[in-house]
Amino acid sequence: MNPKVSFEARERLEKLYELDKPVHIQYLEWVKRFVRFDFGRSYLDDRPVSEKIAERIPITILINFSAILLTLGLGIPLGITSAIKRGKLPDKLTTIFVFIGFSTPEFWLALLVMNLFCITLGWLPVSGISSLDFESFNIIGRILDVARHLILPVAISTFGSLAIISRYMRTEMVGIMTQDYIRTARAKGLSENSVIYKHALKNALLPVITILGLSVPGLIGGSVIFESIFAIPGMGRLFFESVMARDYPVIMGVLSIGAMLTLLGNFLADIAYSYADPRIRVVSEEVKA
Amino acid sequence: MRDLVRNRMALAALVFILAVLVFAILAPLLAGYDPASTDPGSILTAPSREHIFGTDRLGRDIFSRIVYGARISLAIGFIAVGIASLIGVFIGSIAGYYGGKIDYMLMRFVDIMLCFPTIFLILAVISLLEPSVTNIMVIIGATGWMGIARLVRAEVLTLKERDFVSAAKVMGAKDSRIIARHIIPNAIGPVLVSATLGVGGAILTESALSFLGIGVQPPTPSWGNILMDGRSTLGVAWWLTVFPGLFILFTVLSYNILGEALRDTFEPRLKE
Repeated sequence: MNPKVSFEARERLEKLYELDKPVHIQYLEWVKRFVRFDFGRSYLDDRPVSEKIAERIPITILINFSAILLTLGLGIPLGITSAIKRGKLPDKLTTIFVFIGFSTPEFWLALLVMNLFCITLGWLPVSGISSLDFESFNIIGRILDVARHLILPVAISTFGSLAIISRYMRTEMVGIMTQDYIRTARAKGLSENSVIYKHALKNALLPVITILGLSVPGLIGGSVIFESIFAIPGMGRLFFESVMARDYPVIMGVLSIGAMLTLLGNFLADIAYSYADPRIRVVSEEVKA
Repeated sequence: MRDLVRNRMALAALVFILAVLVFAILAPLLAGYDPASTDPGSILTAPSREHIFGTDRLGRDIFSRIVYGARISLAIGFIAVGIASLIGVFIGSIAGYYGGKIDYMLMRFVDIMLCFPTIFLILAVISLLEPSVTNIMVIIGATGWMGIARLVRAEVLTLKERDFVSAAKVMGAKDSRIIARHIIPNAIGPVLVSATLGVGGAILTESALSFLGIGVQPPTPSWGNILMDGRSTLGVAWWLTVFPGLFILFTVLSYNILGEALRDTFEPRLKE
C-alpha cells in the first residue's frame, strides 16, 4: 500500500476487506463467501471474480475434456498393443515414444508445431479460439472454426498424458496376461480377441482410471502454458494474467476453482472405479450393513 | 536382450548426464564466448563454424549461452529436488513412524497440497516473491515433495515392524536415532529413484517458468529463457528455439532413463 495514503482511505480499505476484524472472524466470513462462490471483485476492473472465471472456464474445460477423451482413445489401444507385442517392434516404438513424451517440454513442442502448421504450412490458425469473421458463419461453420483453432492446443495437451496412460495400460496388461483366469479363458477355447478385450481389458482399466483422475491437476496446470502460447482466453491465462498484475482476489478464486476441479476429477474417478469393478460397491454396502 | 538394451540406454543416459555436468562445470573453458557479450556484427547468424549453434538477436553466441545456462538449469534441478527430498523424507518418515493422529494430519496436509495444480501453486507464490534463482529453487522444491512423502511413509510403515527396529528399541535407542540411522537408510532406494526422475521434472518446470517470463531473469542464461528469447524470432531463426529445447529434452530424457534403470535395481519386484 502507498505509505502516503490518508488515514480515512486506509480505514475505508480495511473495512472493505474486513481487515479490522479478528483473524478467525475474517476466516469465517471468507468461508461464508466461498461457499457462495463469492471471491470478491477484481482489483483490475472491479468485476466480480466469479463472473470473470465463469466466462473463462468453459473453454479450458472443453480443451481438457477433449484431451482426456483423446488420451483414452489413443492411449488404451497403444498400451494394449504394446503389451501384446511385448518386446517386439511396436512395443519398442511405444516405449521410445513414452520416454520422449515424458521428457519433452510441452511449450517447446507447442512452439515447434505452431511454427510448422500455422506459419510454414499455413494450414491452421496461429492463435485465439475463433476467426475474425466468426459472426458471419452458420452454426456448422462456427463449430468447424473453433475446432480448427483447438486442434493444436488439444493435441499438445494430449501428448504428455498419452505417454502416462499408455505406459500404465501396458504395465497393467502385461501383469494381467499372466494371471490364472486368462489361462482359463484361453483354455476354454475363447478367441484371443475375446480374452484380451473382455477378460483382460476390464481389469486393466482400473488403475488407468485412477491415474486419469490424478492427472486432472496436471492438465489444468498445463493450460496456463498452452493457453498463453496459443492466446486462448481460458482460465489458465486468466490466472497467469492475474499473477502478473498481482490481482489477488482473482488468484485466490482461480486457485479455489482449480482445487475444486481436481476434487471433482478424483470423485468422478472413484465413481468410474465402482462401475468398472463391482466388488468395490459390494464392499461399501457390506460396510454400511 | 531387453535388459541389455535397457542397460545400454541407461549407460548412454549416464554418459550424457555426466557430459552435461562437465560442460556446466568447465563452462568458461568450453564456451568460447562470454554468454553476455553482444556482437552487433553477427546478429541472428545461422549455425556456422564460429558459432556452432548460431547467434541471437543481440549477437550472443547460443552455444556459450547454453553451456552457461546448463549451470543454472542443473543447479535448479539438483537443489530443488534436494529440498523436495528433505521435506518429503522428513514428513513421510514422521508420519509413517508415529502413525495415528500425527500421520492423519500430515497426510491430509499432503492431500490438500496435491489438490492444487503445481504450476498454480508456483505462480501464486511467485506473485508474492521476486523470481530470483534462489526463490525458484525453493519454490519448485517446496511444491514438489508430496510424492516423496507418500513414498517414504509407505516404506516406513513396513520397515518399522521389522526385527532390527524392535532390536534398536529394546536397546533403548531414541526415536530420532531409529528413524535417522535405521529406517531412513533402508528407505533410501525409492527416494533415490524418484529424486532422479524429479531432477528431470524440476528442469522442465524451471524451463516452463522461464518461458512464461517468471523464472530465471535475463541476462542470466537458463535453458528456459534462452528458448523464450527465441520465441519471437522462431520463423527466421530456428536455432534459437531448437537447440536449447533439444538440450532440455535430452537431459530430462537421460534422467528419466537413469531413474527407470535405478528403479529396476532397487525394486526388482517391479522388473518385468
